[in-house]
Amino acid sequence: MDDRALKTTPLNRAHRAAGARMVAFAGWDMPVQYTGVLDEHMAVRTQAGLFDVSHMGEIEVRGAEAEALLQHVTSNDVSRLASGRIQYTALTTPEGTFVDDLLVYERGDADYLLVVNAGNAAKDFDWLRYHAKGFEVRVENVSDAYFQIALQGPKAEAILKPLTKAALPGIKYYAFERADVSGVPCLVSRTGYTGEDGFEIYGPAEAAEKVWYALLGSGAPHGLVPAGLAARDTLRLEAKMALYGNDIDETTSVLEADLGWILKLEKGEFLGREALVRQKGEGLARKLVGFETEGRAVARHGYPVLHEGSPVGSVTSGTFSPYLKKNIGLAYLPLALATPGTRFAIEIRGRAEPAVVVPTPFYKRAR
Amino acid sequence: MSPSDLRYTKEHEWVAVDGAAATIGITDFAQAELGDIVYVELPEVGRKVAAGDVLGTIESVKAVSEIYAPVSGTVSEINASLAQKPETINTDAQGAGWICKIALADPREAASLMDAAAYRALTGG
Repeated sequence: MDDRALKTTPLNRAHRAAGARMVAFAGWDMPVQYTGVLDEHMAVRTQAGLFDVSHMGEIEVRGAEAEALLQHVTSNDVSRLASGRIQYTALTTPEGTFVDDLLVYERGDADYLLVVNAGNAAKDFDWLRYHAKGFEVRVENVSDAYFQIALQGPKAEAILKPLTKAALPGIKYYAFERADVSGVPCLVSRTGYTGEDGFEIYGPAEAAEKVWYALLGSGAPHGLVPAGLAARDTLRLEAKMALYGNDIDETTSVLEADLGWILKLEKGEFLGREALVRQKGEGLARKLVGFETEGRAVARHGYPVLHEGSPVGSVTSGTFSPYLKKNIGLAYLPLALATPGTRFAIEIRGRAEPAVVVPTPFYKRAR
Repeated sequence: MSPSDLRYTKEHEWVAVDGAAATIGITDFAQAELGDIVYVELPEVGRKVAAGDVLGTIESVKAVSEIYAPVSGTVSEINASLAQKPETINTDAQGAGWICKIALADPREAASLMDAAAYRALTGG
């Protein structure tokens, strides 16, 4: 893609001023690292990191039948949400595969905010509008109006505290509150994509720099560093959080992705329900599992998975784990091979490198 | 050795020629592009290589990149310390982070590679 066609977040100037290395990601000009992925990764695990994730899409769904529409297009049960709560879910195809994975925020009665992947925002918006026909609902793509900053790490609460009157200990995991941050009206959400405690803060795009610099200032004594997409990817993989386009897409089902916990078949009809009921009845052919490799070479996205010399799948994500100091990854394996302890091989530059299925997540924080 | 004495390839290797031997590494520009390096696959001593052959592989956290032989000859020595400390390439790509030495098949070959000014122009420096 031509660099000039890339979209920029309201923090682009801040990243460039900080000397970040910028890359094209999902059509956006984004910071991939500031000082180095290993340092940024470990800062999030031990202290805190600050991520600009303003490229993420935000879609509002409001109106008398907002809940009914969301029940129809997602796999989780929206009726279990209460105001101020958040749900991880999937927009499903009629085949039970992923249009996208997303967070649904219930802001009030008949008022939902959907936070979707940057590369899928336009597709999701079209998908929602298409399926909204016949529902009394308004669907609006408000992606450009919001910044989103993720403050992640064990020091997150201490860093945010002096900047807001919100009672942060009262905001539990997957809950949010409207609160001022540095005088900017924001939505403060206890969520993240790193496996650590932390917050995702949404606010008006024009105030992004004010909040960003206030957080960096408040965080300096706590060891807070800005962190880029490279660390975001290694952190989410250690926590076994799926990345759309790598681990899940329109060819992988919610069940195959091992995300059965966001599938609520008992809630009634939704797009893909029939296909998923059938798949559950017949049994899965393959499942997304975590693996480790023993050698030093890293198994990366797309590398073939071998069993007894024959290709049986491929790696969806793989990296050197900065926290565990070993090579980890995710792959779809035939169900017969998907049990922890099962040995298989991954083809890396023409060689069959030994790998073993391991329990996931690879990393789980102490609570 | 100052960077101005080195020769460069468009694949971002550097070569320092001293008589019949050439020391080879990846450039500072290349290490910065790769980010934190976690593994280097080195060639075997005694291997014969032609210019353009794959000498080895460098893995950073986010990418994998091949190292190409900038010149033809026989691998005479490898920087074995990189097995334990691959990050040396990040801290000193054009010094302590050298990859290997090649006994040159043709002492004239390196002269056809880029000089420092041409390489700077290539990398937008």
